[in-house]
Amino acid sequence: MRYIRPLSIEDAAGLLAGSTGTAAILAGGSDLLVRMKGGFIEPDLIVDIKAIEGLGEIRETAEGFSIGAAVPCAVLGESKVLKKAWPGVVEAANLIGSKQVQGRCTIVGNLCNASPAADSVPALVAAGAKAVVVGPGGKRTIAVEAVPTGPGKTSLAKGEIVEAILLDKRPPRSGDAYLRFIPRTEMDIAVVSAGVNLTLDEQGRVKSARLALGAVAPTVILVEAAAEVLIGSRLDEATLERLAKVCSGACRPIDDKRGTVEFRRKVAGVLAKRAATTAYKRAGGK
Amino acid sequence: MAGVAVSTTINGDTVEYLCQPDETLLDVLRDRLGLTGAKEGCGTGDCGACSIILDDRLVCSCLVLGAEAEGRHVETIEGMAHGDSLHPLQQKFLEHAALQCGICTPGFLIAAKDLLAKNPDPTEEEIRFGLAGNLCRCTGYDKIVRAVQDAASVMKGA
Repeated sequence: MRYIRPLSIEDAAGLLAGSTGTAAILAGGSDLLVRMKGGFIEPDLIVDIKAIEGLGEIRETAEGFSIGAAVPCAVLGESKVLKKAWPGVVEAANLIGSKQVQGRCTIVGNLCNASPAADSVPALVAAGAKAVVVGPGGKRTIAVEAVPTGPGKTSLAKGEIVEAILLDKRPPRSGDAYLRFIPRTEMDIAVVSAGVNLTLDEQGRVKSARLALGAVAPTVILVEAAAEVLIGSRLDEATLERLAKVCSGACRPIDDKRGTVEFRRKVAGVLAKRAATTAYKRAGGK
Repeated sequence: MAGVAVSTTINGDTVEYLCQPDETLLDVLRDRLGLTGAKEGCGTGDCGACSIILDDRLVCSCLVLGAEAEGRHVETIEGMAHGDSLHPLQQKFLEHAALQCGICTPGFLIAAKDLLAKNPDPTEEEIRFGLAGNLCRCTGYDKIVRAVQDAASVMKGA
């Protein structure tokens, strides 16, 4: 096995593209090293991307925020401006693992590990976040929901690296929120999760909405029907009931040790209602 | 197989070592450098027994490669006491009997040190959340929480 720490993203992509055998990208390592330890992966090449300039930074741009692939989730929680603009994204990222794991894990790693239960992904999908993908063919920007294609699988080609996550600047009267269900208070994997992002009009009616559910399908799912229910409403009781029904219906869950199909469907509806209510309040709705 | 040559700083000292590319920093500390304070509990980042501070971030050394320490600053439990004088957290862990078998203790002390550095006056709840990445199967945590609270009040007065 070789360990290489390139100084440019192009070199990193070139190393991955030119590799024979199994190659892995190392940022925080909180998934990769566990998989190595468990014997699930034996990389011939590890490309550590943390020395690449800019990848460890959160940048404020004219369009919004660019969060580098090597930024640990703990740093997201320490960024006051990011937390103010996207509290739901930050609360989701900060739910991953312990303080120790927070010091290492990244949202790009969470996305590319492609677990349907990844905590930051529903919040990112709801936020309409984009992934900047760099590869041998150049650079492209895609919706985050286009990255995972199934448990442990992504749409990224050989040699491609997600360099950063982009979040838009917030229009006035916007708010987002993320909630997950776990059987304890921390340090666990989501049984069901929901991310909601809303923008209100001047009358406090929902103008635009995005809602994503986690751990209820092979990938995190964007529930477009949920947005249709929310738009135009002031989140009255009848709207929330319809929202819960639509979200329960959008689930395609499995039975496993964490929860049954029936339980996941029901909880998806409950979490959708609660996350929508929090996002609405954060957006200034009453 | 040729090793990776690493130059790093551990507890203030420059240290150089050769390690295998897939070797964890925990294994380097324990097996190559004789720093056996950090313990391997789970090896998968769940128990916190291998906690260290890497460039001011609390991490599990089992989830860091030895090669990644190049040019960085590592703090381990071995650097916590100054000669014979214990760190207030160490002293309070003794006074409150916040340990029994001791396997988790170095990890708890490092995690508690990081917690108090970032939040010198934590509530009980903040301590419990802050130390949720460290597992103890002996004490039931109460004594640990009290020791950290007591150490925090001593350190604030210092």
